[in-house]
Amino acid sequence: MNRPALLVLCVAAALIPETASAARISEITETQFWDQAVRFFSFQDPALRFALSGSLLLGICCGLMGAFLVVRKLALMGDALSHAVLPGVALGFLWNMTKDPVAIFIGATLAGLLGAGTVRWLQNTTKHKEDAALGFVLASFFGVGICLFTMIQNLPGGKQSGLEQFMFGQASALGRDDVILLLIITIFIAGTVLIFFKEFLLTSFDAGFARSTGLRVQLFHYGLMLMLAFAIVASLQAVGVVLVSAMLVIPAAAAYLLTDRFGLMLVLAAAFGMISGGVGSFFSFVGRNLPTGPFMVLAAGLVFALALGFGPRHGIVSRWWRHRCRKSRIRRENTLKSIYHVLEANDFHSESISLHELAERRHETLEDARGQIRALRREGLATVYGDDVNLTPPGWQRACEIVRNHRLWELYLTNAADMPADHVHDDAEETEHLLGEETVRKLERRLNYARLDPHGKLIPGVEDIRRGRTTKPAPRATGYGGPR
Amino acid sequence: MYARHNCILRKLRHTAVVPPAEPSPLEIHDLTVAYHKKPVLYGIDLHAPAGSLIGIIGPNGAGKSTLIKAVMGLLPAASGWVKIFGKSFQENCHRVGYVPQRESVDWDFPVSVMDVVLMGRYGRLRLAQRPTKSDKAIARECLEKVHMLPFANRQIGNLSGGQQQRVFLARALAQESDLYLMDEPFVGVDAATESAIITLLRELKDAGKTLLVVHHDLATARQYFDMLLLMNMRLVAFGPTQEVFTSEILQTTYGGRLTILSDVVQALDSQL
Repeated sequence: MNRPALLVLCVAAALIPETASAARISEITETQFWDQAVRFFSFQDPALRFALSGSLLLGICCGLMGAFLVVRKLALMGDALSHAVLPGVALGFLWNMTKDPVAIFIGATLAGLLGAGTVRWLQNTTKHKEDAALGFVLASFFGVGICLFTMIQNLPGGKQSGLEQFMFGQASALGRDDVILLLIITIFIAGTVLIFFKEFLLTSFDAGFARSTGLRVQLFHYGLMLMLAFAIVASLQAVGVVLVSAMLVIPAAAAYLLTDRFGLMLVLAAAFGMISGGVGSFFSFVGRNLPTGPFMVLAAGLVFALALGFGPRHGIVSRWWRHRCRKSRIRRENTLKSIYHVLEANDFHSESISLHELAERRHETLEDARGQIRALRREGLATVYGDDVNLTPPGWQRACEIVRNHRLWELYLTNAADMPADHVHDDAEETEHLLGEETVRKLERRLNYARLDPHGKLIPGVEDIRRGRTTKPAPRATGYGGPR
Repeated sequence: MYARHNCILRKLRHTAVVPPAEPSPLEIHDLTVAYHKKPVLYGIDLHAPAGSLIGIIGPNGAGKSTLIKAVMGLLPAASGWVKIFGKSFQENCHRVGYVPQRESVDWDFPVSVMDVVLMGRYGRLRLAQRPTKSDKAIARECLEKVHMLPFANRQIGNLSGGQQQRVFLARALAQESDLYLMDEPFVGVDAATESAIITLLRELKDAGKTLLVVHHDLATARQYFDMLLLMNMRLVAFGPTQEVFTSEILQTTYGGRLTILSDVVQALDSQL
């Protein structure tokens, strides 16, 4: 135990009773909140600087290690390990009855590794699977830790030990030594991951293949476990034993939702960890030494919820939005198709149809038909004069394409898949919206540029589509590249 | 201890008498493997000739996968030894390409097709060394060979089973090895992929590579491989397909003649 650390501790010990008396949420008025917020962002307070930088650093450590846990399906390992370190913390304290960061660090790391070893041993020697082994280690080590903690509380001088901060975390209790330790560990972890990225990627993805290339897979596994223990132990004081596993898993899980590249996932997980750490320490500070851990975890949970909701590819909101767009496109295309059918029924004598005809064709009310046409007008696919509906050139093209897709597909199903002609309509209703130009070309070639569908209707060809005007399809016009 | 002694003796004999010709790609002597002290492979002897396409067939639980895993030291051998081109696996692992079973990895893992194929190059790189431009070029070539280049940037979970198997094959190709060990590369793939894979395997064979392929389908085994290794916990037969693909040998491999052996195993198991 060196002198500066002792000094910081003394100062902290002197401050704690004073602040603790005001640490009830109900007493915090709004003005206090803003005062504290201003103090937080002015970075005047040295204690605050330690708390904030410590929280940011632990966010990086936990995020990086968490990314490995998530992709290796070891998320519960983080939980077990974080609880398993508790007896080590107590023993580290008992070493010379002070909160010496080094002694606690060593004790906790050893306890964590013992826990990990016990899990491995139980798995290998009994018929228990990993979940039972983790459950056993988590609970029993935690129990031992609680017993030791109670014992310390009852020792002379134990009341002021400050050990209870290890349960729920207190970022403001971080001293210079703690932050330096965190910094060293962060650099060590980030450096190791960066240097051996290739090896960690391979052993995480495919351990069997990794071993077949002569790589020492076990070495990297244990290295990872050691770094995990480091990260957990270094974060304990600020996040607390109970919730450190959440700081491991949640930022990484959020990153996993957002990307499918491991390198980017590591970066995102570290960034989310930092955000959570920073936000957590802010609220803890503003709320006058409220426990930090829960606020960090809440912040991380918020990040996760945002990723779950608004992730560009897998987010719930973006998926819902895409689904909605697709549905309204299909609705528009079906309206276009109906307009085409009405035009066709009139043998293309007139270029326009009435709303009434459309509503009749679609078996819906005039109001609904009007709504549909409005949607087409917004997209520039149709124009309306009074009750007359005209297709614009793009509208005509799209209508022709949809009808063509539908009839081609029906023909394909009856010809190539030998389905009866009265079975194919429903399938074509779905497929017409999905066929791309490439597939259409293939279908046309396959069907030898046929012009009539199984029900004897004319399939619009490329000439009709290119003409861009509402006209009767020319029976002799041909498909792309067909005989002219 | 005995095995080690034997190995040294052999080495002495080799250096003393035999001229230094290229040794066999894969030589296995009296290999016995046990899972949790329960033997699953008994006294396997094998001498694979260079430039051959060998199918490993046998019933479920015959230890086919175990054999190729034990060759690479992924499973510890209870006795016996394995030599790859005359040296231990550790010394010559860069000459061995491996295609594990498709189910052995998590296909939701955040890596792209290209990332996975590049892993085939890792064995040739030093520790902590990043893949170079030429590694990437080789990986692209291998993807091209299995017709998967258009999918290079796709996450591996968004592929069909056949495409996933092609990715694994491309990774093994990227290893540029001389001996390939493949664990069930034909499982769960479509017909097009199956014929693409077998064409590729033949090309490798014609290029002088040696391939050991675990296969489960007797119907195609005869047509695909020029040598067969039939096994059921022990080696039943090994030789050119026409010679060993006989009803008698198949009966021995798949039939009930090994009940005594498995009885003994069970008895051993209950004692442990």
